[in-house]
Amino acid sequence: MDKHVLLRDLDIPDIRELAVYQANDGYAAWRKALTGMKPDEVMGVVKDSGLRGRGGAGFPAGLKWSFLPKDIFPKYVVVNGDESEAGTFKDHQLIENNPHQVIEGVALCAYAVQAGTAYIYLRGEFYEPARPLQKAIDEAYAAGLLGQNILGSGYSLDIHIHLGAGAYICGEETALLESLEGKLGQPRLRPPFPAVQGLYAKPTVINNIETLANVPPIVLNGAQWYRQYGTEKSPGTKIFCVSGRVNRPGNYELPLGQYTIRQLIEMSGGTIDGCPVKGVLPAGSSAPILPVSALDTRLDYESVQAAGSILGSASFVILDDSVDIVWAARKMVRFFRHESCGKCTPCREGTFWALRLYDKIVGGHGSSHDIDMLADVANGMANKCFCLLGEFATSPILSTLKHFRPEYEQFVREHQNGLPNTYGDQLIRDHAISVAGGSVVEVAY
Amino acid sequence: MADLINLTIDGVPVAVPKGTVIVDAAKKIGNDIPVFCYHPKLKPVGMCRMCLVEVGTPQIDRNTRQPMLDAEGKPVIAWMPKLQTACTTPVSEGMSVRTNTRQVLEARNDMLEFLLTSHPLDCPVCDKGGECPLQNLTMAHGPGVSRFDYEAKQHNAKHVPLGDLIFLDRERCIQCSRCIRFQDEVADDHVLQFHERGRHMEIVTFSDPPFDSLFGGNTTDICPVGALTTADFHFKARPWELDNTPSVCMHCPAGCNISLNTRLETHTGGHEIKRVMPRQNEHVNEIWICDKGRYVHHFSRAEDRITRPLVRDARGNLSESTWEAALQLAADRMRGRKVGGIIGDRLPNEDAWLFGRMFREVLKSAAVVMSPAIPAAYADIARTYGVGKDTDFKQLGKGDVILLVNGDLEQCAPVWFLRLRQAVVDRGARLVVAHDRPTKMHRYAARIDKYELGRAAHWASEQAKPLAEEFKSARNLLIVFGDEKLSAEGARSLARSLANILVESEHAGKANSGLLPLYPHGNTQGVFDALPSGGAMPERVDVAWLVGVGENNALPQSAFTVVQELFLTELTKQADVVLPALSFAEREGTFTSADRRVQRFYRALPALGQAKPDWWIIQELAQRLGAKWSFQDAGQVFGDLAAQNAQYTGLSYELLSRVESQWPPVGRSDLYYGGTVYDNTGGVGARYAAGAERAGFMAAVEWLTPPEADIEALQHLPRVLYQDGELIRRSKVLAGHIQFNETEIARAAR
Ligand SMILES: Cc1cc2nc3c(=O)[nH]c(=O)nc-3n(C[C@H](O)[C@H](O)[C@H](O)COP(=O)(O)O)c2cc1C
Ligand code: SF4
Ligand code: SF4
Ligand code: SF4
Ligand code: FES
Repeated sequence: MDKHVLLRDLDIPDIRELAVYQANDGYAAWRKALTGMKPDEVMGVVKDSGLRGRGGAGFPAGLKWSFLPKDIFPKYVVVNGDESEAGTFKDHQLIENNPHQVIEGVALCAYAVQAGTAYIYLRGEFYEPARPLQKAIDEAYAAGLLGQNILGSGYSLDIHIHLGAGAYICGEETALLESLEGKLGQPRLRPPFPAVQGLYAKPTVINNIETLANVPPIVLNGAQWYRQYGTEKSPGTKIFCVSGRVNRPGNYELPLGQYTIRQLIEMSGGTIDGCPVKGVLPAGSSAPILPVSALDTRLDYESVQAAGSILGSASFVILDDSVDIVWAARKMVRFFRHESCGKCTPCREGTFWALRLYDKIVGGHGSSHDIDMLADVANGMANKCFCLLGEFATSPILSTLKHFRPEYEQFVREHQNGLPNTYGDQLIRDHAISVAGGSVVEVAY
Repeated sequence: MADLINLTIDGVPVAVPKGTVIVDAAKKIGNDIPVFCYHPKLKPVGMCRMCLVEVGTPQIDRNTRQPMLDAEGKPVIAWMPKLQTACTTPVSEGMSVRTNTRQVLEARNDMLEFLLTSHPLDCPVCDKGGECPLQNLTMAHGPGVSRFDYEAKQHNAKHVPLGDLIFLDRERCIQCSRCIRFQDEVADDHVLQFHERGRHMEIVTFSDPPFDSLFGGNTTDICPVGALTTADFHFKARPWELDNTPSVCMHCPAGCNISLNTRLETHTGGHEIKRVMPRQNEHVNEIWICDKGRYVHHFSRAEDRITRPLVRDARGNLSESTWEAALQLAADRMRGRKVGGIIGDRLPNEDAWLFGRMFREVLKSAAVVMSPAIPAAYADIARTYGVGKDTDFKQLGKGDVILLVNGDLEQCAPVWFLRLRQAVVDRGARLVVAHDRPTKMHRYAARIDKYELGRAAHWASEQAKPLAEEFKSARNLLIVFGDEKLSAEGARSLARSLANILVESEHAGKANSGLLPLYPHGNTQGVFDALPSGGAMPERVDVAWLVGVGENNALPQSAFTVVQELFLTELTKQADVVLPALSFAEREGTFTSADRRVQRFYRALPALGQAKPDWWIIQELAQRLGAKWSFQDAGQVFGDLAAQNAQYTGLSYELLSRVESQWPPVGRSDLYYGGTVYDNTGGVGARYAAGAERAGFMAAVEWLTPPEADIEALQHLPRVLYQDGELIRRSKVLAGHIQFNETEIARAAR
């Protein structure tokens, strides 16, 4: 790949400026669409490109747009910038360094489905990167690229940024809609699907920021051009967020299916101190861990799935031999316990119970029986939760047990006398527990 | 029924209407799929995950688009890979459901085990203990032992007031959102919400005042655990100690069916009402009651109940007497004199009937009236043009018009508010509201008319013709009206104009159409029906005979006063003879609601002291004045009424106590499904036909000129549910809610 399609700031450092963006094909697709393409034609190009959603589920974007009923107005475009998955930081870079491409993508999507308003929902912590994005939106308005009767086409569009209040669940599209409507962020029952009854019960497209950032080059250069990258089922390029025990963590934009996990780790400078890899989390804490045997898996949706995990948002967390798997799993389960919205029984109670078991084990009081119980709790949750968050929460437990059960057994053998132990500090920080006579005493949970 | 859907559940075939969810379909064939969050009266949310089942649909051949058949010719079922929530999944043709496989049973066990990890299991001190869905389902489907570390139980606040009527036990809440959804979907009082997330998620009220709703008590019935309890009942008794007697609420014209839960109090030796619960009657109140109906019962055991007859003695003091002496004195004073009788509109039909007969046949006087007086000015019109006999609120919806004039429906008939609101909001009836001020119903109105204070009758006479024209195309036309701020003449003119709309738009005498008057109390229609027509009270009488009138301020002047009452009211203290009456809880009888449904109530408590039913007292006096009456019980009196009064022909206690199977089923062992609401064992009552439905009726249009709005008329107060009065005053639990209403004039003068 000679030039980036999405992370163009790596090739053109000032592309966040409107003038620079426009000098480099910026808003050319937007002009092309408004002056010469029918909404259906825009939708058609995106459909043909095979672009799949980059937020996690990988659903074909053009197909999703086509689900909106034609005759109900108003319609909305909602852009998912909640980016709360552990180890995901691609949308952050896009809105901060290449904001106009995001805006152009949102505008093209809105035009394709004939929505008059778009909301970009950013996680609450993104108040800093929200600024360059807002600045870019303001510039676009000033340049007549947004607002009323854009470029004399008769089409009008408003784009608003909305900051969330810090909840992972608000990345789930229906919880996001609730939150955007000013309600408690909990997922909705489906059907009805957002395409039919979304924001304010009106037809709504929800796409990830990265997904929409792909749209301007697709519309400008055509579906065939886009398909030169990637595979038949996973066309295009994708940003891979690499973190964990590597020397050069960061965002890497690669054509899908061209490289393997092993090559991705090499691009990221290899592991710290060259320590052997122990496992890889391909989608933050939400997808099953892949063992070293899967390192030659290709980086596309279908290959990662065949290997027993999910490509999801492609946030690769690399764990090497220095990482204690029980500690890592506990950390992920703690995240889910903290983020469980509480709507459904298995996730609300199961994440709590599972964390108690991890705390018992990490606190030096665990037994083989507790490890079995962890599996029981996770199996009790699996496939029974209201939304995917609860299902995600089972994967760190079940997948680490599947691949690393001996490590658990060894852990409980080696940690039998309560605190203090190597992990005591962690527990103390997490729960404000105090250590009395070698046993865990909880102060506040 | 063309659109019935066929499916099988554990191999048992069942056909249900399109749109039915699996839980309800299973319930139809006696398969109780356990639920917590699902409630048949609320929209499904699928959050507790208790109702998971295996679901399959017929596999369709891609080429022929026909269901694929196996070797035996049976459709091949494609089973969904995951368990599905039976409460959110609508049935489909050919669907197969399995509710008894290992996978399903394990899932139930898992959900209960999860719920119990955060449940305090303080059943021995929990008000719900004994009628608790969580207890029952745990016994049926749950784990026998706890694997959760007891030490790790989380403790939460156990006594959080949500307003002054409801307490929340945060530990017991299983986060099913039934309470929130009831308030949002049924009451339309958005006063509850979840706060925080995960295990910290809790119910909060954010209204000011907190839990600001007239219907909050219902949330305690449908809460599937003991998380919500009423300030009235909590820690008062265990459910299994309670006796349950079917009764009828008489505090507004709706006539909700209730159950009186009573217990023998060992410390006093007396019986008491411990709580009032809704009793299912889908014709009337479904499974709801308002908070007044739930909490106002304390008057039945008020400290100042009169238990012996009282007679004014030589020194002018009221002192205890005997029945014989008191009755004789009253009868002697009445004999040959001009007697004026007033009877309150909360008295049962039987009492009013004998009272009327007494004046007509024994005292031969027309000086007998109802209190309050104004409804008598239009109750005949309301009866003639009232809703058709087969009216069913559930059927009102698209194509129908509801016209609401001069009444605050929520305050005057709370449960009708729930029902008619749903007809408009959920089923699409068109609502037209006319009033001098906004009421809650205004929220849902398609059109709002406003008139000046006291000008309701003028508005109606001016608008009747155009409205009749407009409503001609309506499928049904229901007209609800109140008499607030009107004189008797004005109220009659209003009722007549509204009846004219029915006649001219061709809706008179039809089911689901007609007048629905917002009378002040629960038996206004019944008392009116039972009394002779044309009664009028002169300014002066020799003897005033007041039966259950509370604090009537329109009394005739009299030299001697006989009062039948429950308590020593201000009025009672002025009387010469006081005859102690039994309350509705201590006797049986019937009430007729404003939509003319005649309903039986039963004796729940033993008589208090020497008090007697009012009909008995009236009969005793009648006998002393020469009548040859010998009614043994209220049933015989009702028989007499039914035999002689045209409206009540054909009705009998037997007929009124008829029950019928109702949907959703409640009150069985599966109380988790509908809540702790009571099954109807006392009868659903019967509605008598409106005049306009009867053979030979000739509809007529007649215009009555309303009086120019006068100051006097304006003094009628806007009617509110918690209006101060003799009964409500005796429920301490409602003390913070009683409204001491000032008149519009006083307000304007301020
Ligand atoms: C618990 C949970 C969290 C999610 N978080 C995000 C997120 O932070 N950002 C995102 O784009 N999608 C997230 N998703 C996926 C969205 O629900 C949705 O699929 C996505 O926004 C659709 O956009 P796409 O088709 O462009 O990927 C999450 C899903 C779940 C179940
Ligand atoms: S699985 Fe249930 S509790 Fe967990 S986030 Fe989803 S809805 Fe909320
Ligand atoms: S208080 Fe009761 S009804 Fe309300 S959410 Fe909790 S358990 Fe459900
Ligand atoms: S709505 Fe009327 S009849 Fe029903 S409980 Fe309330 S006051 Fe009684
Ligand atoms: S999820 Fe079906 S009853 Fe709660």
